[in-house]
Amino acid sequence: MTAQSIAQTAQDLAAGKVRSRELLEAALDAAERNKVLNAFITLDADSAVQAADRLDAMRSSGSDGLLTGIPFAHKDIFCTKGLRTTCASKMLSSFVPPYDATVVERLKIAGALLIGKTNLDEFAMGSSNENSAFGAVRNPWNRNRVPGGSSGGSAAAVAAGIVPYATGTDTGGSIRQPAAFCGLTGIKPTYGRVSRHGMIAYASSLDCGGVLARSAEDCALVLQEMTGYDPRDSTSAQRPIDQYSDSLSVSVAGLRIGVVREYFGNGVDSAVATAVHEALNRLERLGARIVDISLPNSAHAIAAYYVIAPAEASSNLARYDGVRFGHRCTDPRSLDDLYSRSRAEGFGTEVKRRILAGTYALSAGYYDAYYLRAQRVRRLIADDFARAFGEVDLLAGPTTPTTAFRLGEKVDDALAMYAADVNTVATNLAGLPAISVPSGFVDGLPVGLQLIAPAFQESRLLNVGHQLQQTTDWHRQVAPQ
Amino acid sequence: MNLDQDSVRHIARLARLALQPDEMDSYTKELERVLDLFAQLNLADVNGLQPLAHPLDQVLTLREDRVGESDPDNALLTLAPEAQSGLYVVPKVIE
Repeated sequence: MTAQSIAQTAQDLAAGKVRSRELLEAALDAAERNKVLNAFITLDADSAVQAADRLDAMRSSGSDGLLTGIPFAHKDIFCTKGLRTTCASKMLSSFVPPYDATVVERLKIAGALLIGKTNLDEFAMGSSNENSAFGAVRNPWNRNRVPGGSSGGSAAAVAAGIVPYATGTDTGGSIRQPAAFCGLTGIKPTYGRVSRHGMIAYASSLDCGGVLARSAEDCALVLQEMTGYDPRDSTSAQRPIDQYSDSLSVSVAGLRIGVVREYFGNGVDSAVATAVHEALNRLERLGARIVDISLPNSAHAIAAYYVIAPAEASSNLARYDGVRFGHRCTDPRSLDDLYSRSRAEGFGTEVKRRILAGTYALSAGYYDAYYLRAQRVRRLIADDFARAFGEVDLLAGPTTPTTAFRLGEKVDDALAMYAADVNTVATNLAGLPAISVPSGFVDGLPVGLQLIAPAFQESRLLNVGHQLQQTTDWHRQVAPQ
Repeated sequence: MNLDQDSVRHIARLARLALQPDEMDSYTKELERVLDLFAQLNLADVNGLQPLAHPLDQVLTLREDRVGESDPDNALLTLAPEAQSGLYVVPKVIE
């Protein structure tokens, strides 16, 4: 069990105190010991061993970066050339991509040591990691609890100490919510900051790649390697990238943090609220100015999100037709039968539910009432944020209304599951960057503080997260073994 | 909101999902609740607001129109459940 920072591990590697091969063996042992968590869909031990030896050789020749030779895992939504990429779906259970996602390519160039692909909710649709064709993931803090979703396997793998960081994607909270539930730091950057090329699509105007790690400092190092303009993603941002590590040590004195009133309503557990206020008190003691603020249209975010995301999903997932790749039914009687049965067999319950909801929202006669109206509500929500950022530098609140819920608790009630995303979906609708940082515990389960920044101010989020982590040790707590 | 099974059957048909009879029941009930959630959009005052299709009102960038190699080794075709002579195989479409 290591809770060592990435920077420290990089130093140890550089000083020859440890080799990548040893780090890898420790990671694979930890993965084996924690098999019950079901955090991985695919472990790629053989390739990883070869890569570790190659990276050790590279390091001794002096050509390396901070991430070189340090083990990590990719959420199984990022395409990896030659390595099965399932998106936790029966539809893609034997899909081996012929190319690497841009994020995969970039981390490979940085020398990061991939050990495997983590479990998730099928096609990233879910908030508990129970919607996986490869089985549910368990929370390392309490194995009867969910790790959150959809990046639940990535969160469990980091929280269990298997890897120091893992990639994730966030369409409505899928990095921040599992980070909160598993006591991690998770950052969802601005929409367009991380390339979506090769990241299997769920809802294209919301999907965002990011990272889950133990600390803001670790997140800064990894995010630095992931970001940047990519001509293969037509929505990729063509803007300069901050040096995230440079701003970590900046003082938060005078920073105005708006505490979003609405994020403490809507069934937020009072103990969670208290824990989050404690973290805000710490920031106040560091000189930040904590002020009350309102995002008056927050209540409409869930409805807008659950129209827009399924609508985009129904369109994106039309590509799974049993013809070009993915699952195909046996003995199709006609082309139509081939499409309809391959899709019905390949997709799980929640994916079908969202395809149906999205198809309905886009169908003739309902488009204006649902899809177009949801997009106008989206504008309303984005305008709320713009107004708030006229008064404050950052926004804050609990990442989730409660700590991790029990496995099975919400699985039969899709709407209750959707409602739990109340504090995270609005930032995706507005495309803004947000981070979840550990903020204490309630009954032995981690709580997350969410901070939201104006577009492209990831460095500010990492800075404030880091400053908080200089005076608290919540992020250093490790899950019981 | 009430939803009849014929409507769900129509939507499933549009989405090319061959639902089983027992699934029809549960999806009909769940979609009714989802539509109740959709209906909450009516509580928002969106008068005079333009739809926001994309965060940050992003403008799509254009790349240079240049010929490149897309799939030189036919790697994409080898992913197909059934392919022959460089073509995807599907059931007969024209009788």
